[in-house]
Amino acid sequence: MAGLLDIASLEVRFRTEAGEVTPVSGVSLTVEAGRTTALVGESGSGKSVTSLAVMGLLPRPSGRISGGSVHFAMKSGGAVDLASLPPAEMRKLRGSEIAMIFQEPMTSLNPVLTVGEQIAEQVRLHMGLGSAAAMRRAEDMLGLVEIPDARRRATDYPHQMSGGMRQRVMIALAMSCNPRLLIADEPTTALDVTIQAQILALIDKLRREHDMGVLFITHNLGVVAEVADAVTVMYAGEVVESADVRTLFRAPRHPYTRALIDCLPARAAAGPGGRRIVHSIPGTVASAASAQGCRFAPRCNHATAPCHAAPPALERNEAAHLIRCARWRDL
Amino acid sequence: MDLAGIVLFFRRLFRRKLVLFATLVLALIVVLAVLAPLVAPYSPTGMRVANRLKPPSGINWFGTDEFGRDVLSRIIYGGRASLGIGMAVVIASMLAGTTLGLLAGYFRTLDGIIMRMVDAMMSLPDILLAIFLVAVLGASAGNVVLALAIVYTPRVVRVVRGSTLVVRELPFVEAARTIGVSTWRILTRHILLNVASPILVQATFIFAYAVLAEAGLSFLGAGVPPEIPTWGTMIATGQQYADQAVWVVLFPGLAIVLSALCLQLLGDGLRDMLDPKLRKAL
Amino acid sequence: MLVAIARRLAGMLAVMFIVATMVFFLTRLAPGDPASLMLGDQATAADVAVLRATYGLDQPLLVQYVLWLKEIASGNLGQSIFLQRPVLQAIAERAEPTFFLALFSILIAALIGIPSGIASAVWRGDRLDQAVSAGAMLAASIPSFWLGLLLIQFLSVRLGWFPVAGYGDPGASLGMRLYHLVLPATVLGIVNSALITRFTRASMLDVLSEDYIRTARAKGISEARIVLRHALGNALVPIITVVGLTAALLVGGAIITETVFGLPGIGNLVVSAVLRRDYPVIQGALIVIAGIYVIINFAIDVIYTLVDPRVRT
Repeated sequence: MAGLLDIASLEVRFRTEAGEVTPVSGVSLTVEAGRTTALVGESGSGKSVTSLAVMGLLPRPSGRISGGSVHFAMKSGGAVDLASLPPAEMRKLRGSEIAMIFQEPMTSLNPVLTVGEQIAEQVRLHMGLGSAAAMRRAEDMLGLVEIPDARRRATDYPHQMSGGMRQRVMIALAMSCNPRLLIADEPTTALDVTIQAQILALIDKLRREHDMGVLFITHNLGVVAEVADAVTVMYAGEVVESADVRTLFRAPRHPYTRALIDCLPARAAAGPGGRRIVHSIPGTVASAASAQGCRFAPRCNHATAPCHAAPPALERNEAAHLIRCARWRDL
Repeated sequence: MDLAGIVLFFRRLFRRKLVLFATLVLALIVVLAVLAPLVAPYSPTGMRVANRLKPPSGINWFGTDEFGRDVLSRIIYGGRASLGIGMAVVIASMLAGTTLGLLAGYFRTLDGIIMRMVDAMMSLPDILLAIFLVAVLGASAGNVVLALAIVYTPRVVRVVRGSTLVVRELPFVEAARTIGVSTWRILTRHILLNVASPILVQATFIFAYAVLAEAGLSFLGAGVPPEIPTWGTMIATGQQYADQAVWVVLFPGLAIVLSALCLQLLGDGLRDMLDPKLRKAL
Repeated sequence: MLVAIARRLAGMLAVMFIVATMVFFLTRLAPGDPASLMLGDQATAADVAVLRATYGLDQPLLVQYVLWLKEIASGNLGQSIFLQRPVLQAIAERAEPTFFLALFSILIAALIGIPSGIASAVWRGDRLDQAVSAGAMLAASIPSFWLGLLLIQFLSVRLGWFPVAGYGDPGASLGMRLYHLVLPATVLGIVNSALITRFTRASMLDVLSEDYIRTARAKGISEARIVLRHALGNALVPIITVVGLTAALLVGGAIITETVFGLPGIGNLVVSAVLRRDYPVIQGALIVIAGIYVIINFAIDVIYTLVDPRVRT
């Protein structure tokens, strides 16, 4: 079944002073129209690099997609492989078919342009509207993301707004050309908890109303449980498990996924004296380049000799449940 | 710094071939100037009027001047004065600037006065301040050094003060103060070691500017007296013959350009190496 | 806002006060008595004493200093020893070539420096970037008088394209006068482009790594528009600063170039005053030039508020 976005065996390489590194390899995931796929992992797991690869925004000239495919179904009904699309074609899709919002609302807007101008610029470019019409659309979009007094706020500069407001502006910007896919890279991490919930609810509402696919990147499983329909877990540049959200939380098979879920405060087991013990995973994400066997083996409680010897393949459990672990059947 | 440290320092500095090349050229110019009596083909003052204003040839590579003196030999000797003055300016402005910068950065009370002085001096163009100082001090090589040292001291003060303000808040300086290390010791040991690299970078640039400024002052007749061969005085006295013999002006100027360029390339290389933020950007 | 302006003005006055003080006391270091200098070698001791009295030179140094500060504060920069006119008038008469020279030089320097700095930042690390960096360093290594002499030699003397020196005959048309500035402005433009190039490159590099540039890319905007509208718009403040300060320093810093090209500007006035020990002119010129620098500095701050909405609101 072809989704809105189908990433298959994506591999990304960076040239660095120390030689070539491969921060992302063997990433496969699907985003369905009108649904949310969460991409989960610790920092350094390659989830942001994956999203930049989809956007065609890998840092140039050091970064490039070196393998795999990224199939995307356009509004027109045609499909393209973003991995091999010429940069000029990719640029036409950015902002119009695929939009992105980022982690840092405080720094993601241009400080010398009004927020209205910044939205109108994209509208003029992709929808071919004139200046006045584009500005009206920008005001409408600010209203859509529930910014009060949108007409007046359109003439504000970013520094006149709070972090939550600015993230709403970013969402308005992203929505302004009716994209089919929204990539949200940790959109709430930098915000207060109460604002977080509002922004999550807003993204979710817009997804439903506009039948838009969302690729939601986060390190926070609590957020995943709230917003996602499907979940893909990344570790050290690889997908280690993916499933629909219920399966993943009810029956996680990969030791890393299990460890992540055990780390959730709500899941913390009651310890002696009724106090909850918050678990943590020992060690840090290993460098993706240095792994020989299973990349999680050095931190895994269940690792055996074969785990250190050869990298495991991504295996299918049931319809849409994939696991990359040599011992998933035993655990 | 031990030997291995020094080797590593130069290996990293010379990773950019252009920096290595500039350093070699600079070393060559300095060696030629130091060994002038041994390497110059002719006497810098030997006049042979019959031989005046001869174009470059196999005998006089850079031609001869209005008195028949060999231009190449004069450039080699001129390097002694030009580079010597530049070096002296660097040393004097480093000493003065570092002292004042440390004082301004470490003692809040002195900061206001010193920095206002710096602002005032930097509100005047370098060459104007220099010519004014030479005018009141009198035109001589020593006074050119003094004047240029005064002109470039504010730049050093700014760099050292800035670094000092950062370093004085670092934990180890704080710690040294709490365990009762004397202020003087903190200044000289801890802070000085940490501001050494920006000072070193600044020194190479000031060297280049000083060579250029000395030439400018000498050219205006407000610098080294014309009878002493420096690259600047050579151009100054040669300019009236430029119509007939452009080489008397051309080659001393090239010596200035080459020296200043190599110094700046070296300074740029040092900055790339010593400033981690810039290195990351490249 | 008003407090900020007041503080800024106080700072300007402090700088001017220090410049005036420095100029006064340093001048007193100079060998030779101003009065005997003024009257020349033939003067009798009595003549000198009379002149000393009229100029207050017989007063204690501190009294002279205070009197002098008062004069300056009221706009009187004194009388030239050799030019038989007030210093301010002498400076005003020489202002035009200096003003136009500074203006054209800074235009040329900015036209060279800003585009090459932008290109250098956009193609960071490429051959072009290395060539621009090396070119900027080369430009900063050229003695302006030497380049001037060579240009005069080849373009004026040999090819006859430009006047050899001067500012045209008395009564020459403005066009003719400006024609005399082409070569000197080119020389100063090239030499001064180096700093602007480096600053532009550095501030563009800073801006291009900002998050909002990534946002602009995510919008699908063309790279050219990202660089020229989004990045340059933000890098403008440091670029304006360096262009403005360079222009300010050119007013008094064109001494050498004015001398090479025989332009009757302020720099030329200063050089001849130095050579003739006409101290009132030297002092006056220094104070005027420092004043212009301080005022341009203030103007740059005002321009900030027009360019950067964060300062404005």
